[in-house]
Parts: sequence; structure tokens; C-alpha cells
Amino acid sequence: MADEPLLIAENLQLSFGSTTALEHATAEVHAGEVLALMGPSGSGKSTLLHCMAGILLPDAGRVTYAGRDLTAMHDDERSALRRTEFGFVFQFGQLVPELTCLENVALPLRLGGASRRAALRSAEAWLERLEVSDVAGKRPGQASGGQGQRVAVARALVTRPKVVFADEPTGALDTVNGDRVMQLFVAAARDTGAAVVLVTHEPRVAAHSDREAVVRDGRVRQQELVR
Amino acid sequence: MTVGHALLGLLEGGPAHGYDLKRSYDERFGQDRPLAYGQVYSTLARLLKNGLVEVEAEPGAGPERKKYAITQAGVSDVAAWLAQPEKPEPYLQSTLYTKVVLALLTGHDADDLLDTQRAEHLRLMRDLTRRRDTGDLADQLICDHALFHLEADLRWLEVTAARVQQLAAQVRG
Repeated sequence: MADEPLLIAENLQLSFGSTTALEHATAEVHAGEVLALMGPSGSGKSTLLHCMAGILLPDAGRVTYAGRDLTAMHDDERSALRRTEFGFVFQFGQLVPELTCLENVALPLRLGGASRRAALRSAEAWLERLEVSDVAGKRPGQASGGQGQRVAVARALVTRPKVVFADEPTGALDTVNGDRVMQLFVAAARDTGAAVVLVTHEPRVAAHSDREAVVRDGRVRQQELVR
Repeated sequence: MTVGHALLGLLEGGPAHGYDLKRSYDERFGQDRPLAYGQVYSTLARLLKNGLVEVEAEPGAGPERKKYAITQAGVSDVAAWLAQPEKPEPYLQSTLYTKVVLALLTGHDADDLLDTQRAEHLRLMRDLTRRRDTGDLADQLICDHALFHLEADLRWLEVTAARVQQLAAQVRG
């Protein structure tokens, strides 16, 4: 693990109208590390993730990725960074329903300019890695919830991002399927050396992380190095 | 009683020496707490006294040379034990609840206490998760059981943390 954190959120402050979502929230993640952001509903954990991913801009404070200040970047630059360096997994896969699972996984590579053949080959390998080769030709609607989430994980990892952001990635799955998705997800992310920022309210899911930060009322209560 | 019944159950597979019984036990159930030899022999002595096992002596004497076999009474005892449900025990909450109330009464930070406990629980859950993900089916089932229990404790910690101010008001009257 490198000494310098890959991604640092410092003293983030963010309000939506009169509601304070984040207050002096600070968190960091190293390359190859899984950080779990835990906390009750409405605590601000998803907001913190969105700020760390450059999706939301804080009112005050700074997010630094690989030495670059995300909060000071131009919108286009930040979008490009999200596309090339970051990967995303959400609670409900958010796959494109009209495309097959294989095409969904290949899509980020195609958008990045890869040839169709190369993109599909790479997508096939990722579906195999996530043990869902059998749904390659199916549309997301024809896959089960657990299969869909594995396809979503494959799509997030196919571009070999440096940081993967996952917001309740197993929130809609039963325990057995959720556990398996987390096992495959974390193992695959570790293999690529990516950092993972994981939002969850489930301790079982957080147990796949190296470190946790508890968010309560917009503040980060605790961050402990476990490894 | 669990160790005794576990040894009896293992003996249903056939007579064995104390040493072999310890090894089988540790392999299957002793991940966290391997049996001490003393406990193996004292348990076997008790089972012997109660007529649940008998000794098949071998030439050479010495306690380690004794081969133990389960008796019919032992077989019935195992069956009765298996048929009896375990008492559900919310053991940890009572200690933690006492700590939280005492923290509030003595002016300590109950949130800190809860967060520290939470981190400790999660640390154990991480170890168990790693062991489960790399282990065989037996490991997976044993670890999953522990994980579900720890998760229940954590949920209680979460609920308590959310209500700690309310509790403080009540405790301090």
C-alpha cells in the first residue's frame, strides 16, 4: 500500500437548502484498499461518496485525487476523469436495457474509442471473471438480480479504473447472492489494484472492506486502519 | 456439556484414542478454541463414569493408549441432546447495555464506547469474512453463523447510538 492516499476528501461542507448534508467530513482511501462508508439512512454517506467521485461539488473543502484538486477542475476535465479513472456500481445495476449484458460491459470501452472486437473480447473476459458468462447474450431484464449486479461490476471494472465507487451494490440482493457479489467484486478489484469506496449500511458488506468510516449527521465519526 | 456431546458424537463413527478425538474435534469445531488434552481426558473420564463410553484397553497401558467406544446409553444421550433446542441467549447486549448506562451515568462519552465496540465487532467480522471466503464448506457455515450474530449486535449498537441522547435523558432523570 502506498504511503500517500490516492483519494482524499478534506473538511467537506455541503448543504441542500437549509439541510446540512456534510459537515467537516474527511475521508481517504489508498490504492488497492477498500474503504466502507457506513451509517444510517440520511447520514450523508452517499453524499460523501458523490463528492469523492466528483459528481457533487462541496460548498467548502477539497477532494484530491492523485494530487489533483477535483474541486478546482473544469467540469469537462472532471467528467473526463470520471470516465477514464473511476468506475461506478449502484444498487440497481443501471444497465442499458436494450443492450445485451455483453454489450453493456463493452460499452464503456466503446465510448473510450476501443474497437468493437477488442471491446467485446475484453467484456467477455470480465463476464467470465464475474462468473456470468451465461448471460452474455441476454438483456439485463432476462438476468436475475444477482447476475445483473455482477454484470454491473464487470462494466465498472472493464476500463481498469483506479477507483471504483459502489453505492449499496448488494442492497437489492438476498444474503447469499449479496455475499457472492461482494466476494467477486472485491477480489477482482484487488487484482486490478483499484481502490474501492463502498457505501453500505450492512455490516456484512462492510466486512469485505479494509477500513471503515462511520458517517453520522454529515460528520465522519471514525476511521480506523485495520490492515 | 457441548464438548462431551461432541466427543460422544465423534465416537459414533468408531472407537478412538483420546489423541485422535482431540484432533477430530479441533479439525471440525476447534478453529477458535482447540481442546486442551487435560479437558479431553477429564471429559472422557466423566463420560466413562456416567456409562456413556467404555474403554477398550490396549496392551501398554497409560491413558493415551486407551481406546474409547460409545455405549448404547451414549448413543441415546447424543440423540436426546440433538433433539433439545438451545436456549437463545442475548448475552452480549446485557453487558453492553450496562456499559452504556454506566457511561451515561458517570459522564463518559457513550458514543465513543459504542463506536469502539462497533470497530471491534467489524474487525472480527472482517477476519471471519476472510476465513469464510478462503475456507471449505464447513468453514463457510461456521463463519456465517458467527457473522450473523455479530451483525445482529452491530444493528443493536446502531439503534442504541441513534437513541443515546434519549437514553441519557432518561438515565440522568
